Amino acid sequence: MGPSCCGGRDVTLRNLTTQPCRTACVQIYLPIAGLPVDIFLVLAMGLAVGFISGMFGIGGGFLMTPLLIFIGISPAVAVASVASHIAASSCSGVISYWRRRAVDLALGLMLLAGGILGTAVGVWLFTVLRGLGQLDLTIGLSYVVLLSTVGGLMISESVRAILRQQQGKPVTPRRGGAHTWVHGLPLKMRFKRSKIYVSAIPVWLIGFIIGFVGAVMGIGGGFLLVPMLIYFLRVPTATVIGTSMVLTLITMASATVMHAATNHLVDAVLALILMIGGVIGAQFGARAGQNMRGERLRLLLGLLVLAVGLRFAFQLVVQPDDLYSLRVMGAE
Amino acid sequence: MTIRLAIATVALLAVLIMGATPAVAERLVTSLSRHQVLVTSNFAGTSIVLFGTIEPDSPNARRRASAYDVVVTVTGPKQNIVERRKERVLGIWTNMGSRTFLNAPSYLAVLSNQPFDQIANPETVRQQQLGIADKLMPQLLGNDVGDVGRDDAFRANFIRLKTQHQLYLQRTNGVTLLTPTVFRAELPLPAGAPIGNYDVDVKVFAHGALLTRANSAFEVVKVGFEQFVANAAQDYGLLYGLTTAMMAIMTGWFASVVFRRD
Repeated sequence: MGPSCCGGRDVTLRNLTTQPCRTACVQIYLPIAGLPVDIFLVLAMGLAVGFISGMFGIGGGFLMTPLLIFIGISPAVAVASVASHIAASSCSGVISYWRRRAVDLALGLMLLAGGILGTAVGVWLFTVLRGLGQLDLTIGLSYVVLLSTVGGLMISESVRAILRQQQGKPVTPRRGGAHTWVHGLPLKMRFKRSKIYVSAIPVWLIGFIIGFVGAVMGIGGGFLLVPMLIYFLRVPTATVIGTSMVLTLITMASATVMHAATNHLVDAVLALILMIGGVIGAQFGARAGQNMRGERLRLLLGLLVLAVGLRFAFQLVVQPDDLYSLRVMGAE
Repeated sequence: MTIRLAIATVALLAVLIMGATPAVAERLVTSLSRHQVLVTSNFAGTSIVLFGTIEPDSPNARRRASAYDVVVTVTGPKQNIVERRKERVLGIWTNMGSRTFLNAPSYLAVLSNQPFDQIANPETVRQQQLGIADKLMPQLLGNDVGDVGRDDAFRANFIRLKTQHQLYLQRTNGVTLLTPTVFRAELPLPAGAPIGNYDVDVKVFAHGALLTRANSAFEVVKVGFEQFVANAAQDYGLLYGLTTAMMAIMTGWFASVVFRRD
């Protein structure tokens, strides 16, 4: 269940997961979420999302949060606990990319500078929207628009690249002189690891957008950051994922601390199970990603992002099973 | 003189009897199998057993001893709950209407030995709020607080959703009369039962009238590790957050060490 129906715990599924089930399953009670879940189900979810996050260098929040809400965990606890899961997956990813010298730390820190400001503005807008009372719809619509657009663009770009390749035309290598308007901006900086020489302004701007979108939509923003770095800054595919993970690690670790300090909604037990699955999955994902061609990887990620976007659109358009939903005040 | 004394004695006795035995001529004694439900890491719901005896104290009461009916009501901690309804606007389903239920029981179980219409007349059933549908449910209506009719869609769907979550239940065969004066009821608590105090209210009816009632309570508490985590999250938020973030980083680091190939 997505944010559009955050209040509605999916009853049938919740019963499936909270009741003693047919196959051998170990129930564990989550102290903050306040309900028992099947430990292997959560572990498997962590593994699957971790694999995807390691492969594409994304946090996977846009997949994990809806999954947790789907098994009956309240949206607020889900969002808060997912942050620490993403931190763990991306930490494991950062280390393995670091060893392969595929992390541009300077670029990551510059992005972070813009990201912090973006997060602050995003949190402010979040509060305003919540006051207006249509936060759920806003989030649902922005998921649809953002995910469908980004997914569609990535698919069309990567399909064209793959077709070009199959027609035997050499893939145009990145030429040093191929400048766009982005390269005409002042405050130029050289990022050695990525072999790029760009203005700091678009770097800050991208960081700002990611921080802003992340705070408003409750996602890490990795799936946005990776294509932005590739298309606007021409960061080579080799370093883009590792660098994006550095940003995700720092933002999500601080998000965990902030969520815990302000809302007291981080479920450490849930987070630990997700983390263990997540880091193992991320290791295999990172390996699978390294062995894959860049444009194939982008096509797959584009398909995944588009699919999630369409899923949200479907949810908004199709009549829900239950028109009514309950939410305890104060728990949100 | 003796006659006067006799009259006075009779009058005094009559007063004493009238005063000492108001309508109640039954003594109700109840006992719960436990007063504390501990929520541990493998908590997956449980049930509490309620035993009770009805002791008729007067000859009058003894005559109706074969006609006792018992209604047990368990009320969980109170919560303010918002109910939302989705409507289609410009082709998109979105939350449009909402209703706030004030101090609604998070958990509500009504158990009886037979259907309410056989226990008392509809008027009494409504007055005593026996069934879940009869319970007074204060709602925020504009600036007012009140309860709408039981046919109201928001109210009916509120009860339906709560029942689906296994937090509201009504069983008209939930109380077993082992003998005409001894009864037993099993109070089921689902895994998602909220933490807090639960009130158990037992009402005894005979021939359609309420005779007596008794109250007791139990609590659902987190213990051990669960309580430690919950307390830490609440009382030491920042430290808890830092610990969780460190745990995330350590887990990530540990995995990369374990899976290191080169």
